[in-house]
Amino acid sequence: MADAGNKESAPIGGDEFTNTELENNKNNTMVEEGSTLLRRMEISVAEAEKRTGKNTVNMQEIFTVYLIETRPIDAITEGHNPAAPDSLWRRYSEFEILRNYLLVTYPFIVVPPLPEKRAEFVWHKLSADNMDPDFVERRRVGLENFLLRMASHSVLSNDKILYHFLTEEHRWKEVVYETGFQAKAESRIKALSATFRVKNPDKRFTEMKHYSDELQSLTSQLLRVRARVADRLYGVYKVHGNYGRVFSYAASVDDMLEEEEHYADQLKEYLFYAEALRAVCRKHELTQYELETASSDLISKKQQREELATGMVRTFSFKGMTNKLFGQETPEQREAKLSLLEEQIVQGEETVTEKTVECEEYVKGAWVDMQRFKEQKDRDLREALIGYAIMQISMCKKGIQVWTNAKECFHKM
Amino acid sequence: MSRTIDAGVSPTQTNTIPADISGQMLDLDEDDDLEVFSKDSTLADGNMFNASMLTSPGSMVNQCKFEEDEESDSKDIFITVDNPESHVTAIETFITYRVLTKTTRSEFDNSEYEVRRRYQDFLWLRGKLEDAHSTLIVHPLPEKFVVKGMVERFSGDFIETRRKALHKFLNRVADHPILSCSEDFKVFLSAQAWELTTYKKQGPGFLSRMGETVRAVANSVRGVKNRPEEFTAIQEYVEDFSNKIGSLDKVTQRIVKEQKEYLEELKEYGPTYTLWSGSEEELAEQLKGVAGCIERCCKETEEQVGHLSDTLVPVLHEYVLCAETLKAVLRRRDNIQAEFEAKNEALATKKVDRDALKEEIDKLEDRVEWANNALKGDWGRWQRSMRGDLKSAFLSTAEKNVDYYEKCLAVWETFLLSQRTEPSEETDRDNTP
Repeated sequence: MADAGNKESAPIGGDEFTNTELENNKNNTMVEEGSTLLRRMEISVAEAEKRTGKNTVNMQEIFTVYLIETRPIDAITEGHNPAAPDSLWRRYSEFEILRNYLLVTYPFIVVPPLPEKRAEFVWHKLSADNMDPDFVERRRVGLENFLLRMASHSVLSNDKILYHFLTEEHRWKEVVYETGFQAKAESRIKALSATFRVKNPDKRFTEMKHYSDELQSLTSQLLRVRARVADRLYGVYKVHGNYGRVFSYAASVDDMLEEEEHYADQLKEYLFYAEALRAVCRKHELTQYELETASSDLISKKQQREELATGMVRTFSFKGMTNKLFGQETPEQREAKLSLLEEQIVQGEETVTEKTVECEEYVKGAWVDMQRFKEQKDRDLREALIGYAIMQISMCKKGIQVWTNAKECFHKM
Repeated sequence: MSRTIDAGVSPTQTNTIPADISGQMLDLDEDDDLEVFSKDSTLADGNMFNASMLTSPGSMVNQCKFEEDEESDSKDIFITVDNPESHVTAIETFITYRVLTKTTRSEFDNSEYEVRRRYQDFLWLRGKLEDAHSTLIVHPLPEKFVVKGMVERFSGDFIETRRKALHKFLNRVADHPILSCSEDFKVFLSAQAWELTTYKKQGPGFLSRMGETVRAVANSVRGVKNRPEEFTAIQEYVEDFSNKIGSLDKVTQRIVKEQKEYLEELKEYGPTYTLWSGSEEELAEQLKGVAGCIERCCKETEEQVGHLSDTLVPVLHEYVLCAETLKAVLRRRDNIQAEFEAKNEALATKKVDRDALKEEIDKLEDRVEWANNALKGDWGRWQRSMRGDLKSAFLSTAEKNVDYYEKCLAVWETFLLSQRTEPSEETDRDNTP
């Protein structure tokens, strides 16, 4: 159960991403040998329950809590009676806090999304009610998926806070707030929505950002149309029910519902993932922008120093004009200014160096994780599409069965 | 003494559809449609009446062979209705249909006739047939004007639907052992337009028809006193049939509507996958594959809905109209009996010319017996063709639906197969020198 230490700042150590690992980034798949939490621990979100309690304004509220069960893997593989899993209850809002913490702490990682807060893309029979048992069940599955994705991520799975989330019911919130991530979370949000012009972003990131926008709008559109199609198809089956039980699709209609929603959930995960991907790209732009700003600041300071030192005015400046009009400053004033500038330049050079390193490391780490994400996405969506085809096939088979039976009945008319 | 009509054998109502009913009705809509194919289905059952029970004196069928439904290879008259054409006159615009007749029947001078008829002509023919044979079951005509579907009188679909129904009507008449011998029918098939117009002007005038109607109304108000059991049974059957067929008709039309709406959404669905494929690399082919599958299923769905509209919907609708025809026939039979009963009572009570009245009563009694036998005979005939029509329409629908699902299944299975062989295809590519 090794801790990886404090994770306040960008935690890329130089040795974590060697060249060979970068080249073989295909090996940094979801379940990596020996370095992810999932290899050491079984995690599941086993149940959901309703609770009542008082909220922040002291009013009664009903909410759902989810049971997280964990068990070290060695306890099982030894073949003895496996010990009972450790368990604790968490509500959705706590998952949100965890995710916000991770977003701030690992800005270069495409952090797995949570299942939707409210039911979207709802069609006819589905309820938009958060308390609806089907919704709660799908959310339970989504939360489990969320935890499993993180526990199998080579970087995220080593996070201490994640581990505490899974194992310590009561102190966890205090610990996470102590990290001070909330302040960072706010500035992150501001930064992500700010507009600024970056001169030389990494082209790959620009492309990725563009892709993330497309992914978001495409999956969103697909989900919308799919919901309408499902709604209509359900209507067709339902009306057939009026013929009588001879044409009953009844049983399969409910199965159809469940499978349709599972497919939709798979798509939704990547709809939300698109946002996370976009955030990683934006963070790159931000760091790049900061670097560019620092660089141009430095350049202008150096120019100012040169002008002061040589007395030549290279560029137009207001100061230059007033100097011409009202006479120049005294040598003492100039000396003071020069030494200030020298200090600033030294600082500026430090800043530029820092920012350059920050930028480079960010790009390296983010690019690796984006590649990992891309492969994961291709795999997952491929499976989802295959699952969809299988679902269609089973619906067709059901249809054949129903109408073949009907034919038998008609023959006897 | 009033005479009574012998009661016939009451029809049995057995279930011939082994529906696997296990109690609960499905979740039905506000309309609360009946569960049509249920344990009490009388829809498909026939009763025991035999056409050969008809032994009426004064029958008008001496010239015609009166047998059970003949097989099509012994048919001696073939009629088609086709080729709708629009005619424009100063007063109106209307459609005529070509009616082509090929026959070997001796009462026809030629063996082939080609005439053009408009809907009004068909209405006239049917009216004449019903007048002459008030207790025979004359196949209904398509409705005058379809308000419900907001169909234009001159839209292609409407004309085609009407054409098919007119074709069916004439063929039903031609198949009928009594009706097909009608002179009006013969004229309809063979006369030129102006000849028909002249012919139509003959026959009972307006006033005598009015008289008929008034008598009929008077009698229906009076009501029949001793309706034979068998006709009550038929009436109950017809009530039930009317409800069931009405439900079937409504449900089927709803299905068509829902399926069309589903198709509309499905048409937009495939393209979203194609659109997505444009942004992907590895996934592009798969996404396009799914899009292709959906598009092919769209085509199949369109075909399936078309089949439903062409095959099942018209037949159900036809029998909805039949139900009304049957009710009218039963009413007319009742009126004939009521008239007889009235006169019969008068014999006992009123002080009139007993001899003359007795003669009239005898005639009416014959009329009643003839009417009853005609109906009884036709009833069996009608049930057989109804059963045949519905069975074939439902069978065809079921077959088409099985076909539809089989085709869609094949589409998705092909896609799935392509997905599962892809990885090995890739390794093959790697290994080839």
